[in-house]
Amino acid sequence: MGLNNTDKNLLPEESSPLNAQQDNAIPTSVSKIMRKLWQLRMGVIGGLVIMALVVVALFTPYLAPGDPYAQVPKHRLSPPAWEEGGRMENLLGTDHVGRDLLTRIMYGTRISLFVGLSAVILEVFMGVLLGLLAGYYGGKTDSIISFLVNVMLGFPFILLAMSLVAVLGASLQNIIIALGLTGWPVFTRVIRIETMRLRESEFVLAAKTQGFKTIRILTVHILPNILPTLTVLASVEVARAIIMESLLSFLGLGIQPPTPSWGLLLAEGRNYMFMAWWLATFPGLAIFLAALGINLLGDALRDLTDPHLRKS
Amino acid sequence: MAEEKLLSIRNLKTRFFTPEGVVKAVNGVSFNVPKGKTLGVLGESGCGKSVTAMSILRLVPDPPGKISADAITFEGRDLLSLSPADIRKIRGNDIGMIFQEPMTSLNPVYTIGNQISEALILHRGLNNSDALDMAIEQLKLVGIPAPEKRVREYPHQLSGGMRQRAMIAMAISCRPQLLIADEPTTALDVTIQAQILDLMLELQETLGMAMMMITHDLGVISEVSDDIVVMYAGQVVESISVNTLFGGAKHPYTKGLLASNPVMGRKFKTGKKRLNEIVGSVPSLISLPSGCLFKDRCPIAFEKCKQRPPLFTIDKAHQVRCWKVEAKAVDDGLIESVCNTDTDDASNRPAE
Repeated sequence: MGLNNTDKNLLPEESSPLNAQQDNAIPTSVSKIMRKLWQLRMGVIGGLVIMALVVVALFTPYLAPGDPYAQVPKHRLSPPAWEEGGRMENLLGTDHVGRDLLTRIMYGTRISLFVGLSAVILEVFMGVLLGLLAGYYGGKTDSIISFLVNVMLGFPFILLAMSLVAVLGASLQNIIIALGLTGWPVFTRVIRIETMRLRESEFVLAAKTQGFKTIRILTVHILPNILPTLTVLASVEVARAIIMESLLSFLGLGIQPPTPSWGLLLAEGRNYMFMAWWLATFPGLAIFLAALGINLLGDALRDLTDPHLRKS
Repeated sequence: MAEEKLLSIRNLKTRFFTPEGVVKAVNGVSFNVPKGKTLGVLGESGCGKSVTAMSILRLVPDPPGKISADAITFEGRDLLSLSPADIRKIRGNDIGMIFQEPMTSLNPVYTIGNQISEALILHRGLNNSDALDMAIEQLKLVGIPAPEKRVREYPHQLSGGMRQRAMIAMAISCRPQLLIADEPTTALDVTIQAQILDLMLELQETLGMAMMMITHDLGVISEVSDDIVVMYAGQVVESISVNTLFGGAKHPYTKGLLASNPVMGRKFKTGKKRLNEIVGSVPSLISLPSGCLFKDRCPIAFEKCKQRPPLFTIDKAHQVRCWKVEAKAVDDGLIESVCNTDTDDASNRPAE
């Protein structure tokens, strides 16, 4: 457009060959994709674990070896197949009324994952909304929301969950509500601080000088910058929600027997800890596996959503 | 000067109501930006330059900030009385702004192209692909090589000078009539500074926009400005044309600033080892001193400085807020009407 810039563009600082190389950072060949996967190997492992759990949760009725409620008293407390006295039909053994443990864990996957994900979606929704408002507007809005957060964080989780379940009744939906209501303050705290930091940044000011509405600045300019943090926090919280569901069920406040959930299986197994170790061990392992997988995946997602880490 | 006024500010006052007290950041600032010209706003840190710029766009956070003015007129429209939706249409579309820190003034999670086209989509109603084509056009305009490639890059992949160019591309994408540049070259090294200033001057010529250049750098301001206002503690202390600034400045603060600018060969010429300084520091904006705000640091303060001085008019392009000027002017018979105070400014306006 009629501008004579040629003399400036030739300066080495402005057009170094270094910048040209970075363009090739986007993997184009198989070997590059493999290298990328290798860099994210922990995330890939986490992703595979989660994928396996999701497949199990979705197709349990077709994959499970038996009926989770069928009691076979003759074969009660039978040990895992590789133990002495174990039966091939009950790969991970049976419980005190002869129900197949593997089947029950597989059915429990569905409930645990559902509770974990739903509770975190609820938490993220509330936490992010309040965190953004508190961080961006500050002042009275911030004081009120921060006070709420502190009250919630100070309130014992078990007590709140117990009162909620006592009032509303023990059901899947109420467990999710109880978990959601207790989990959001962590999100609000983190999002609030991040929003405060970003609110003062010049690109937010630049967005304002370009005439964008506050809602757009919050959702399009600030929120994506919080996404890496949010991903990590959410993955930790999914794991927490699964464990907390187990805890509530363990205390008899959550899923009611005979419905199988990992926590409930763990609770039932506790009674037979000394004669049938497998009853508590395998549900515990399932919880551990899910939590680990989600955390690994969350870390990898963080790396992928952060443009600074995205290259290379 | 029979230039058409693009932006005219009359008696702008910006206050921040903090728990420690009321911070009087801007205290009755009046100036004009003529169409197609550049106004330089000169002053040290904390003298209200940036707050003035923010007040024009009504971007001072409220609370704690409060803007009041007799008028901020842009193209015949009073910016202060516009609705929030209307002032948003002005921002970015009619008045663009660039900042000091090119490192942080671009959003790290979006590509350069995305960020430039965002405003085009909002203000011009373009669709995504047209806006991206326009973005490439803007990058070409600001002299970024291989713009087709750069639009797909993230801010961290660009150097500081490149980022400032991209920032300028963003600010001018909707062809604003006024570009406010808040210390645009402060964070850049000197060679890049010169390039950016040249670019801005070229763009001004091509696009015919006016600029308001906020800086504390005398070199920068003399390079690009037509007129200059010197600010001190939220007041305009001297308003002068760039041709008379060096040598013709009358206010002791402006003179002090000029004297504290390092000049090559100064030690050799003057025999002085130390650079001149203005002793003391800016008064607290919470409890402004009575009388002339500069009197505590002024080498030529006298009895009359206990009263607050108005802006004295020396000629149409030169006003000074100093009692000494009045005394001298009367002696020399330079000016017939001595006073052109802020209150005069206010009464000249038609009542609302």
